[in-house]
Amino acid sequence: MSGNGNLLTVEDLVVSYGSIQALHGISIDVKPGEIVTLIGANGAGKSTLLRSISGIVPLQKGRILLDGEDLRKVPAHRIVELGVAHVPEGRGIFANLTVTENLKLATWIRKDKSKLDADYERVFKVFPRLKERRSQLAGTLSGGEQQMLAVGRALMTGGRLLLLDEPSMGLAPVLVQEIMQTIRAINAAGTTVLLVEQNARQALKIASRGYVLETGNIALAGSAAELMNNDRVKAAYLGG
Amino acid sequence: MQFYIQQTLNALQVGSVYALIALGYTMVYGILTLINFAHGDIFMISCYVAFFFSTLVISVLAGLPPLVVFVLTMLVSMFFTALLAVVIERLAYKPLRTAPRISAVITALGIGLLLENFMVAFKPVGPAPRFMPELIPNVIYNIGGVAVSNIQIVIIVVSIVAMVILDLIVRRTMVGMAMRAISWDKFTVPLMGIPVDRIISLTFALGASIAAVGGTLYGMAYTIDPYMGIRIGWWAFISAVVGGIGNIRGAMLGGFILGFVEIFTPVFLPASTYRDFVAFSLLLVLLIFKPTGLLGRPMVQKV
Ligand SMILES: Nc1ncnc2c1ncn2[C@@H]1O[C@H](COP(=O)(O)OP(=O)(O)OP(=O)(O)O)[C@@H](O)[C@H]1O
Ligand SMILES: [Mg+2]
Repeated sequence: MSGNGNLLTVEDLVVSYGSIQALHGISIDVKPGEIVTLIGANGAGKSTLLRSISGIVPLQKGRILLDGEDLRKVPAHRIVELGVAHVPEGRGIFANLTVTENLKLATWIRKDKSKLDADYERVFKVFPRLKERRSQLAGTLSGGEQQMLAVGRALMTGGRLLLLDEPSMGLAPVLVQEIMQTIRAINAAGTTVLLVEQNARQALKIASRGYVLETGNIALAGSAAELMNNDRVKAAYLGG
Repeated sequence: MQFYIQQTLNALQVGSVYALIALGYTMVYGILTLINFAHGDIFMISCYVAFFFSTLVISVLAGLPPLVVFVLTMLVSMFFTALLAVVIERLAYKPLRTAPRISAVITALGIGLLLENFMVAFKPVGPAPRFMPELIPNVIYNIGGVAVSNIQIVIIVVSIVAMVILDLIVRRTMVGMAMRAISWDKFTVPLMGIPVDRIISLTFALGASIAAVGGTLYGMAYTIDPYMGIRIGWWAFISAVVGGIGNIRGAMLGGFILGFVEIFTPVFLPASTYRDFVAFSLLLVLLIFKPTGLLGRPMVQKV
């Protein structure tokens, strides 16, 4: 356990792709039970931050701590075991596998196999549509259904920290509302959430706190209410 | 009529060996988009492992039932061939995973040459063709004018059983699912908590051990030599492409098709020397009309 009680602590994180520096030393923290949102324009570095937390992009400087444990030397698949579930940008579902197979694959690291049935039930309760389509190839699902599958799969890893990268992307407004309510419900059931969204209004509605990322730096941080009323945020991300 | 039944049996025998080898090409291609040109030579090594092990067992443990000798030989060949393939993957291919694909292909060709030349230079092997000791006493049955040997039946049946098992592994087990997931999107697989490198090594191991099933069976029917892997490897590779490279059942189908090409070419054309011509022509024509091979599907659209 860490002294500060954070589930996730990111300190002075620098990440580069080749010679391009994407994150210039950013710090954020997420406390257990929170929904924290990261907003920012295209190319700000939001996805990069999530990728470095889940270990698929190496960090150059700084530290990432999960429950006080340094993740620097931990390979990506072990970070999942430590409790980080990452729904990547663009969903990343396996189109050539069925819905059930996609979900099953996410239980690779689960040691508590006896609890799996209950977890499938939980996912199917949150997303009844997936249950109807469980033997269908994931590539034939609609965009919204694929998003459900991507979230459902992350839940099946049994993670305590859910990283969501633009879950509303490409969804109709009604579905955006729906997915936000689902995220809130998942959070209420005990999963901590770090939510990346371009749809800042929706994200701030369900989040308790937020960070604004601008070209690889944290430009603003505060409670959701503060950010929602901030003039800069209003102008840049909430459409005035 | 008997003649055609006879030839069909021969084609199934040859085809099942091609199919077993083609599976290794197709699985590795499926997850790494790498054509492992050393695979034919890995098959050759599996024949020699079977050769040496069976020679040893028969001389040291004389009197063991033939079935036991056969099964032991096959298992030992599978094990050591898999080990060799994993060592090659770790030392030669893994460091090149982010390099341009051509580097890995050239490396694979190089490894193939290395294995061939090592076996030629290696005193206990040398360039001369050899006969594996008789694992199962050869019995020939005459059924309505068709000569069927028990070896032939063993080759066909064991090959099919091995293929069914492999198909089940790929379709039903978590490892198989992980392999298929990697073939779709290897960057997302670690986010499922799956160690990609280990699955890749396992794929090489599986491909090599099923080739070793073929190697052991092959050695029971034909002579072996250090260069055998070249032609057989090419034919198995063509089998994989004909069936749709990356597709497991396609590799099996392709193997049998090439078996029929090999056996029936001299039936319809003046000499068996035409068989390579027929095989490559078949490949070319097929690639024109169906570039993804018989069972290969064009990639499902990513949404
Ligand atoms: N694989 C990569 N190679 C090189 N540069 C990259 C790579 N991925 C991202 N970048 C660069 O890093 C910067 C941050 O990208 P990132 O994907 O993190 O942004 P983002 O905030 O998620 O944007 P978006 O809202 O468009 O998804 C961008 O300038 C991008 O061009
Ligand atoms: Mg992004």
